[in-house]
Amino acid sequence: MIGLQHYLTVAAMLFVLSIVGIIINRKNLILLLMCIELMLLAVNTNFIAFSRFLGDETGQVFVFFILTVAAAEAAIGLAILVVLFRNRRSIAVQELNTLKG
Amino acid sequence: MYEYYLTIVLAPLAAAIIAGLAGKQIGRAGAHWVTIIGVGISCALSFLVLKNMFWGGATPENISVYTWAATDGLHMEVGFLVDRLTALMMCVVTFVSLMVHIYTIGYMHDDPGYQRFFSYISLFTFSMLMLVMSNNFLQLFFGWEAVGLVSYLLIGFWYKRETAIFANLKAFLVNRVGDFGFILGIAGIVTVTGSLDYATVFGQADSVAAQQIEVFAGNPWNAMTVICILLFIGAMGKSAQAPLHVWLPDSMEGPTPISALIHAATMVTAGIFMVARMSPLFELSTTALGFVIIIGSVTAFFMGLLGIVQNDIKRVVAYSTLSQLGYMTVALGASAYGAAIFHLMTHAFFKALLFLAAGSVIIAMHHEQDIRKMGGIRKYMPITYWTALVGSLALIGFPGSSGFFSKDLLIEAVKESHWHQGVTAGDQLTYWIAYLSVLLGVFVTALYSFRMFFLVFHGKERMDAETKSHLHETPAVVTVPLILLAIPSAMIGWFTAGPVLFDGFFGDAIVVQSGHDVLAHLKETFWHGPAALVAHIYVAPAFYLAALGVLTAWFLYLKRPDIPETIKGKVTGLYNLLDRKYYFDDLYIKGFAAGGRNFGKFLWQKGDELIIDGILVNGTANAVGRLAGVMRQIQTGYLYTYAFAMIIGLTMLLGWLIWLR
Amino acid sequence: MMLHSILFYVFAGIMFGAALGVILSRNPVHSVMFLVFTFFNAAILWLLAEAEFLAIVLVLVYVGAVMVLFLFVVMMLDVNVEAAKRGLTRYAPLGIGLALIMAIELINVIWLRDQGEGAALDFVDLPEGYSNTKALGSVLYTEHFYAFEIAAVILLLAIIAAITLTMRKRPGLKVQNISKQVAVRAKDRVRLVKMDAEKKQ
Repeated sequence: MIGLQHYLTVAAMLFVLSIVGIIINRKNLILLLMCIELMLLAVNTNFIAFSRFLGDETGQVFVFFILTVAAAEAAIGLAILVVLFRNRRSIAVQELNTLKG
Repeated sequence: MYEYYLTIVLAPLAAAIIAGLAGKQIGRAGAHWVTIIGVGISCALSFLVLKNMFWGGATPENISVYTWAATDGLHMEVGFLVDRLTALMMCVVTFVSLMVHIYTIGYMHDDPGYQRFFSYISLFTFSMLMLVMSNNFLQLFFGWEAVGLVSYLLIGFWYKRETAIFANLKAFLVNRVGDFGFILGIAGIVTVTGSLDYATVFGQADSVAAQQIEVFAGNPWNAMTVICILLFIGAMGKSAQAPLHVWLPDSMEGPTPISALIHAATMVTAGIFMVARMSPLFELSTTALGFVIIIGSVTAFFMGLLGIVQNDIKRVVAYSTLSQLGYMTVALGASAYGAAIFHLMTHAFFKALLFLAAGSVIIAMHHEQDIRKMGGIRKYMPITYWTALVGSLALIGFPGSSGFFSKDLLIEAVKESHWHQGVTAGDQLTYWIAYLSVLLGVFVTALYSFRMFFLVFHGKERMDAETKSHLHETPAVVTVPLILLAIPSAMIGWFTAGPVLFDGFFGDAIVVQSGHDVLAHLKETFWHGPAALVAHIYVAPAFYLAALGVLTAWFLYLKRPDIPETIKGKVTGLYNLLDRKYYFDDLYIKGFAAGGRNFGKFLWQKGDELIIDGILVNGTANAVGRLAGVMRQIQTGYLYTYAFAMIIGLTMLLGWLIWLR
Repeated sequence: MMLHSILFYVFAGIMFGAALGVILSRNPVHSVMFLVFTFFNAAILWLLAEAEFLAIVLVLVYVGAVMVLFLFVVMMLDVNVEAAKRGLTRYAPLGIGLALIMAIELINVIWLRDQGEGAALDFVDLPEGYSNTKALGSVLYTEHFYAFEIAAVILLLAIIAAITLTMRKRPGLKVQNISKQVAVRAKDRVRLVKMDAEKKQ
């Protein structure tokens, strides 16, 4: 019988994978963004599972809003990426250290 | 009478405002006319008030004019308490002021600050009238500070002279010390009685005397003693009693009319007047009276000694003023308030006269003030000579002059005072200090007065030829006030000594406890009218001492002018002590002032620059800067560093939630 | 029920593999394609949890729009793949270590915490005739209506922001300046010159 724990496990695996992805792909901005999308997917799966377990649709409403915000974030993030690429001809992370103290 | 009082006070104020703010428009003549008219009105009305008091049988009036502010339980009012004490003071103030106004026309003739000067002296008259006519402590303090302010402005009248600026700052600072005591005294009164009004406070005097105050924890003191001594510290500042006397000689940097008006005749007597006015309080504290009499004795004798070695004509008179103020203070301490006020009045006339005469000489000498460069002026300036002689005789107490009555009776009052009847050794000691001081002071007074007189008016003509060729009598605006002041200086004692001192002139204005009432005692045993007093001079030691003083002066400075130099060489130590004014100035300037400046410098350099600026302000900034310098090494600027930090943080947070919480 | 379990495990496994593909593939285009695949599988898992509406939305909106956007960008930018992938394994131990700790923590939370209490963690069956879309709509448009509106504004903002960021100002572009046009006066444009008439020759 599939229950809450199964879903949470799947989400957790997805989350851990995305963390690994962030660490090993640390030089590729696009992949970083994709890993963040993966993380959000894991979180959303958690929400869905709990919503189903508790019989409360509010969890799904949350997923709805997270999707909205994630879409907006992806759009803006990619726009920034495009501008960055246009200005520097590169999106190599190791060259982006303007924030260095 | 209400309108009269307001007019008396406001006429000089209005004149001062007109002369001060519209001085350019009304011109020089306009300025002196408007102020003379203002003060003249005050003077005339003051005499009218006095006449009503004296012969018209007018009763004392206590009028509240205006409530300035009312807080919970504390009324701050402007009001007039006009009784005979006030009326007498008003007459003295306005009369001397009027004389000085007239005299100033001549003295300040060529000065560019003419209108300003008239504005100031009228303002002074207003302030002094506010002080003496007040019916509450707040207004008293207002007048007190206002006369101090005008005094400051006038000492520094010639503001381009460095010495004048030094002197007015000194006067201001020394007066601050006294005023600090004064306002503490007023605060004490408010604390204990909850009122600023004279009548209310005096009504509660007995209960105040029964109370204790803990100024320092664990040392309960009599409330009345504390209050009275604090108030008297104020009087010491204003009336230049030792050790707060140092400003008065220096204040001679101001124009001579000011020395006459403010620093001899009126303002410096404010302290004397204040103590007399507070007699219901001072009478209840024997300790405070002892303090008063000792301070007065020290001032009377030792400040007189300084007059002997001074060479500046005005400074000699200034030290004589100090000494005479000491006399008045001694009289206050002996509970002979009437004698103090009477001496105050006669002193106002003859000391103003002496100063104006000195000023007249200074005008004629083209602002040369050193008496060693004068001499033999008698034949050039007869009017000045004779009026100065009258003033000097009154000062030393020549029989029949005003000073004779006031000083002789003052000495007699001290001799018979309650301190003499005191049983304890302390009382006796106080008595002998006071009595010997005033008695020996007579000799000293005569010595320095006639030293100056002989050096200026007799003997060899030591001025240079240029000055000598221009030497002539001063104009009428100078000599007329001299004559007008010489008349009361010579004669006023005959009419007023009896009524003022013995016939209960002051009524309820002055309260003396029965055991202290030396004047009543004298009335029974000593007083048989002015003529009798003059006729019996030979029984009093004061007369012989004065005569001895004059003779000594004559011998030393006219007969054998070489002797003083010899004496000076013999007793160098004593001479230096006197010449340096007992090192008070050195103590204050090098001790307190320099110490204060060093302390301030210490606070500035160590406290402000090192601790506050260096450690607290810049130190904090530097510490933050250094810390940030270390911390910024963490900020690589690479995106993945921040991502790692977040992930590690997330892991640790989760671990903490699971295992450690 | 058996079928349900089998489907769950199958798609969960496929999703795990796809996610591995996202983070490990050398070519970003492949990564995006794996990501799309991951989303598809996640949508199926959501369907199995009877969240039908969100499953469809995930496929339609997310995969259909956002992922395509990713694909656009990846293809548009000429990314040096080899340079980006260099040093891939250098931080792998750290990543795996961190991931292990995280995994242990999550397993601890999910599997070990409530053991022994016997709490029923299974999903209860939904009532007959239950409509996920209807239920979601009824809360979304009532209780969470303001949040819904704000979400709309956020999307608008994202559009504007993205356009503003990427819009290029080309030099020499001809545009109207309306305020200048309105402010212009005749004397700025026309200059009347008085001159004598030419004489006839």
